[in-house]
Amino acid sequence: MPKVSMTVNGKAVAAEVEARTLLVDFIREQLSLTGTHVGCDTAQCGACTIHLNGKAVKACNMLALQADGAQILTIEGVAKPDGTLHPMQEAFRTHHGLQCGFCTPGMVMSAIDIAKNHANPTEETIRAELDGNLCRCTGYHNIVKAVQAGAQAMSR
Amino acid sequence: MYQFSYQKAKSLSDAAAALAKNADARLLAGGQTLIASMKMRLVSPSDLVDLSGIAELRGIKVDGSTLTVGAMTSHADVAASSEVKKAIPALARLAGEIGDRMIRNLGTLGGSVANNDPAADYPAGALGLGATINTNKHKIAADQFFKGMYETALESGEIITSVSFPVPKRAGYAKFKNPASRYAMVGVFVSEGTGGVRVAVTGAGPSVFRVAAMEKALTAKFSADAIASIQVSATGLNNDLHATAEYRAHLVTVMAKRAVEQTLST
Repeated sequence: MPKVSMTVNGKAVAAEVEARTLLVDFIREQLSLTGTHVGCDTAQCGACTIHLNGKAVKACNMLALQADGAQILTIEGVAKPDGTLHPMQEAFRTHHGLQCGFCTPGMVMSAIDIAKNHANPTEETIRAELDGNLCRCTGYHNIVKAVQAGAQAMSR
Repeated sequence: MYQFSYQKAKSLSDAAAALAKNADARLLAGGQTLIASMKMRLVSPSDLVDLSGIAELRGIKVDGSTLTVGAMTSHADVAASSEVKKAIPALARLAGEIGDRMIRNLGTLGGSVANNDPAADYPAGALGLGATINTNKHKIAADQFFKGMYETALESGEIITSVSFPVPKRAGYAKFKNPASRYAMVGVFVSEGTGGVRVAVTGAGPSVFRVAAMEKALTAKFSADAIASIQVSATGLNNDLHATAEYRAHLVTVMAKRAVEQTLST
């Protein structure tokens, strides 16, 4: 089987995978990092969003082999090692930007990417840029508030 | 997804050799359509030849009156590029409206053009600007490139290396998105340049097409009013659960007017 190696949340990992292994399955099944969720499995819902070399991508829509040599960040890697939440996670908590929580890891990973590209995003920008992340509970209002607050906290 | 062999090509000739070895091998660009199609078992290549390691296929450059974008350049990079925004802002806008931000971070120009999805955005930009598709074998004018539904002038073993867009005097792109997939129900790209006025429509038919009557009217008078009464025929247009052929025909005029208005306001 082909070999793959990459850096995930700062740690070097290497494994043998079938060529058809999706990156999300590699992360969940082989690395046991189950914070990255599989929602639709058709690249629409965004629950599987991770950062590949610093950019938000859908891990269900690429092969593990495509990420060979890459820097990967998953939801498990965003908080500080002492457990202090990332400002975006803290904003989701404060503004209650979730109900069931299934979409939340993908929302947070997308939101961090949005904040990195837009220093002080407007509500309109956030709604437009979040269009690759679906939530079936909240109606998005608190998510948008959380992303706005999180982005402001990140720029401080 | 069915089993396949994977290899990352080190160079263009390496990729061409890998393709030549097996008739069922496919090129992998950003994979945002291909991987999804393989998961649904709509396609089952024996081999995937990943182009992501070939640096020469990436990049954006403006040379006089031509903007050339490497085939493996992502939609996000085109949308954010200051060169593209300056030379052809409508093309940056088009790239920024493809799919969603995660799809745009992986999806590529070459992949989109080679796939020629009936509702993809880039075919409208390429045809609407009179672009040239550069491959490892030929240079193909957009007018000859897009042959039909998922069908292009590419021969087997041919690899798109870049697309050259002539910089127009002005251009605009208006898209009516399918709210679920963000593909164009109808998207219209309008440009006026040294080659005259071009109006290219995606999403409405089996493949991107030009609207000669609108081009003629806009040549006489470049304004939204000039095309307001021009309707394309619904015969042969796409008819599915998202919209009827008649609705799409109506949208062509609406989107064309918006594209012209956008062109005049920028």
